Amino acid sequence: MFEVILTSSIQVVVVIVVVLTGCAWATWLERKVLGHMQQRIGPSYTGPYGLLQPVADGLKLIFKEDIVPDSVERLTYTLGPMLSFVPALLTFAVIPYSRDFSLFGLEFKGVISDLNIGILWIFAVTSLGVYGLVLAGWSSGSKYSLLGGIRSSAQMISYEVSYGLSIVGVIVIAGTLSMTELVAKQASDSIWFFENWYLWRNPIGFLLYLTCAIAETNRTPFDLPEAESELVAGYHTEYSSMRFALFFIGEYANMLAVACVATTLFFGGWNGPAFLSFVPPVIWFLIKVFVFMFCYVWLRATFPRFRYDQLMRFGWLVLLPLAILNAMVTGLVVLWLG
Amino acid sequence: MSIDTVIFFISAVVAVFGATMMITQRNPVASVLYFIVSLLAQAVCYVQLGALFVGAMLVIVYAGAIMVLFLFVIMLLNLRGTEDLGASTGRVSRFTKYLVSILLIAELVFVIKSVFIPATTTGIMSMPADEFGNVAPVSKLLFTRYLYPFELTGVLLLVAIVGAVVLAKIDRGDKKRVTDELEESAGQATDGTAG
Repeated sequence: MFEVILTSSIQVVVVIVVVLTGCAWATWLERKVLGHMQQRIGPSYTGPYGLLQPVADGLKLIFKEDIVPDSVERLTYTLGPMLSFVPALLTFAVIPYSRDFSLFGLEFKGVISDLNIGILWIFAVTSLGVYGLVLAGWSSGSKYSLLGGIRSSAQMISYEVSYGLSIVGVIVIAGTLSMTELVAKQASDSIWFFENWYLWRNPIGFLLYLTCAIAETNRTPFDLPEAESELVAGYHTEYSSMRFALFFIGEYANMLAVACVATTLFFGGWNGPAFLSFVPPVIWFLIKVFVFMFCYVWLRATFPRFRYDQLMRFGWLVLLPLAILNAMVTGLVVLWLG
Repeated sequence: MSIDTVIFFISAVVAVFGATMMITQRNPVASVLYFIVSLLAQAVCYVQLGALFVGAMLVIVYAGAIMVLFLFVIMLLNLRGTEDLGASTGRVSRFTKYLVSILLIAELVFVIKSVFIPATTTGIMSMPADEFGNVAPVSKLLFTRYLYPFELTGVLLLVAIVGAVVLAKIDRGDKKRVTDELEESAGQATDGTAG
């Protein structure tokens, strides 16, 4: 019992540190990649290739004055940033990043908690993340914030159903809700190490998941809750200093979580090619997650923002029927093939 | 005292506390927040009983979706707790209020007295992983023993959705008719008070 608690605590600390560092340098990645895609060079003064930019940003945000407007509802105003940040971190509790390994004489599992309903845990905590944005928007006592909060709740409700249904295909094929089992079922010993990835067996499910996930994380082209050209900064207009930074980190932690879940569900998790078995599995996992993060930035550089009615029409009239159809057809095929 | 008992008592107390605070708040947003706290504590209770799936569904469906909808409506109407939403204080309504309360309390006492409560609670620590309240057992029950109630609930929800759409959707031709009716009834109402 003591050893389990010790190894779990070490894993929790390491995962939180890695995720927060990852978030910080994801902002660097975003600015750098966006810069080059727009024929600029992005941050370049702080450190080599501007690599110390996140440190500079963090220091600046810590030392900024924390301004709280008079018109806010104190309690919910304080709760808002926390509620958007904590659920994003909780997601990582069930994401398997490696096979079981031993280090310094201690036996580690490749995941913090191997819940047998791992995917449902992820959906449960991410569905709570919206409260941060909604409450922040409502309690700020500002029109722009309120509009941002209302938009974000409407958007969440509209895309949550398709989001949940998009992974039903994979679950039906795999017959399990456990993240570690999902990864184990996508392993392959052949030279075509990617042959068992669920991406090939349920490509529509993957596209649906990706679309809904971008909408759920409020990223372009679905970033209407913080559309700066019409709502100043949406739900976090009235926030400054570290409170604002919490929203910022929360958004990037959510992006990382989505990248990790997509890797685990559709891209074989930490499984790598069998002929390169000397490489630690966590490296493969990080490479796949990095590719996803890059695609996220790429999408932002490519697509213009939706108009609000387009967003709603797309969610209810395109995504939802497609998601239901995908779940039904996958179920029928699995039943038919036995 | 085992760790299961400790978890149960903490989550049960939080659940009851959240529910009590929910009905005593004037500010609707605070009510919603306390309701969410109560729901989360109830989910912990389910998980502690080994019913992981039921607990997760409670969080996903109620705390994650339905309460967002509540919050959305409250924000859209911009209720801030200053509106007078209290019940009327007439003699009839007061009588009904007390009558319903007494009936509910009697029902509660009756239920508690008649239901068998096992002396020992099983907890997640002493529970095999794939026991009751998980995906396979719950779905097996839903699609065999409780198939008709399950399907009937689905039909009921469908009827509710269709009804809401019918009420909300007014065609161009119908619009005039409905507004006419509204005006008519409004006119009658004022006539009534005037008379």
